[in-house]
Amino acid sequence: MSQMPDIAPSRRNEIRAEAADWFARAHSGDWNSADQERLDAWLGQSLSHEAAYWRLEGAWMEAARLTVLRAQADAQNPAARRIIPAPVKFAMALALAAVIGISGYSHLSGPAMQRFTTPVGGHRTLALSDGSQIELDTDTVVRVAINADKRTVWLDRGEAFFRINHDAKRPFAVMAGDHRIIDLGTKFLVKQNAGNVEVALLEGRARIEVGGGLLPTRSIELSPGDVAMASPDSMAVTKKPAKVLTNELGWRHGVLVFEGTSLADAAAEMNRYNTQQIIVADASIARRAIDGTFPVHAVPQFTEMAQAIFGFRVEKQGNRTLISR
Amino acid sequence: MAKQTSDTNPEGAARLAGKAGPRAEIRAWFIREVLPLEASLTHFLYKNWRNKSDIEDFRQEVYENVLLAAETKIPERAKPFLFVTARNLLINRLQKESIVAMEVVADLDALGAAADEPGPDRSVFARDMLRRLQAALDSLPPKCREAVILKRIEGLSQREIAQRMGITEQSVANHVARGIGVLAEMVYGQTADPRSGA
Repeated sequence: MSQMPDIAPSRRNEIRAEAADWFARAHSGDWNSADQERLDAWLGQSLSHEAAYWRLEGAWMEAARLTVLRAQADAQNPAARRIIPAPVKFAMALALAAVIGISGYSHLSGPAMQRFTTPVGGHRTLALSDGSQIELDTDTVVRVAINADKRTVWLDRGEAFFRINHDAKRPFAVMAGDHRIIDLGTKFLVKQNAGNVEVALLEGRARIEVGGGLLPTRSIELSPGDVAMASPDSMAVTKKPAKVLTNELGWRHGVLVFEGTSLADAAAEMNRYNTQQIIVADASIARRAIDGTFPVHAVPQFTEMAQAIFGFRVEKQGNRTLISR
Repeated sequence: MAKQTSDTNPEGAARLAGKAGPRAEIRAWFIREVLPLEASLTHFLYKNWRNKSDIEDFRQEVYENVLLAAETKIPERAKPFLFVTARNLLINRLQKESIVAMEVVADLDALGAAADEPGPDRSVFARDMLRRLQAALDSLPPKCREAVILKRIEGLSQREIAQRMGITEQSVANHVARGIGVLAEMVYGQTADPRSGA
């Protein structure tokens, strides 16, 4: 490898910028064979040019997957086709906050923002450098950015429990859907599902803002026991007994606690943790209430209970287990 | 090493013209086998190279060396080859450094094992991709994002985008150029989970 020409350090940076310019022009829709020859000549000049340019081409090919977002939006709303699909709009709402926080691109290429995920049935605890902890429930995606002057977590999907060391000089905010939850010294739980956000406050204080951008449209301060249910255009706060909240956090110990929970709701809750899905196939039994504590992966025990105690029929079909009368 | 800037390499054009077939093959191999390893590579460089500001340049240099070797023969297993190349470059650089941190050397020794691990889990890479792409879109400034969306998702031409957004075509080109750079960094370079090193 000694025959590699030395390239001045700053030069590679320029080469990447040049590659991006070539790339944008080559994909402008206004491109002829003479342009292509010039591009080929530029590529032929250096392996560095090729490496930079091919990398962009590869990423652009991968980005073809984004077109499925359009397909989804079309399917959901065939009459009024939106230019910007709903998931991207959601992404934009988050992005506004992200842009304020990061002032430019360079930050992103470093390790400043980190992304953490759990698979279906997964559970993990993130220990942040400031001593705070985030516990991720099943099928959850968060991104974490810890800066000198602020701490931000984006809950892109799923459910997470936060134990935050309060620091007035470094506010901690959770972005979920259109909402921003600001910690004022707190333990709290956040779930987000397709833009609907549930925040349960266990200890301390927190504020939830609708419209997580620059100018929140509404803001509510939560006290312990408060559960806020927020959709993109509404928010309601109810009080729940501490016991109920503790039950809701059973997943932190690998269990689900049901108390007077309908069979359908309990099945839906189990399904979040398992690929083996429980289907309550019969509407007449879906509302039967059950009590009990189940390990999150105990699908067989769950269906056996339905069979033994209620006398329901249980039928396994591949990834689905049907419960019917 | 010869002091020769790469972009004035007179042999470059000839190399390209004479070997169009092999270059297409190398390009396909590079995109298919090497780029999906970028997150691991970036993570490795971060861990072992003190000057964090030139990691992207370092990475690019690794790619150049990999492409050079691929001209002779495309390596059978991309992952060990990529990491051995990175390690050799790292050692070259470290020899020029005055102080070598001990843990760097220790990590280099440990690398032998890492390079023998199976290649990237391509299904994981693919499954995660849509989410990475959305995260990349999230991170773009609004105008830049809109241009990229109109270009890649809506498939509009530069001219149509310019009209739609009420900006010049050159601005559209600038937005797309910036956008693709960020996209590439998120698609390939971001380490999804630093702890797993994947």
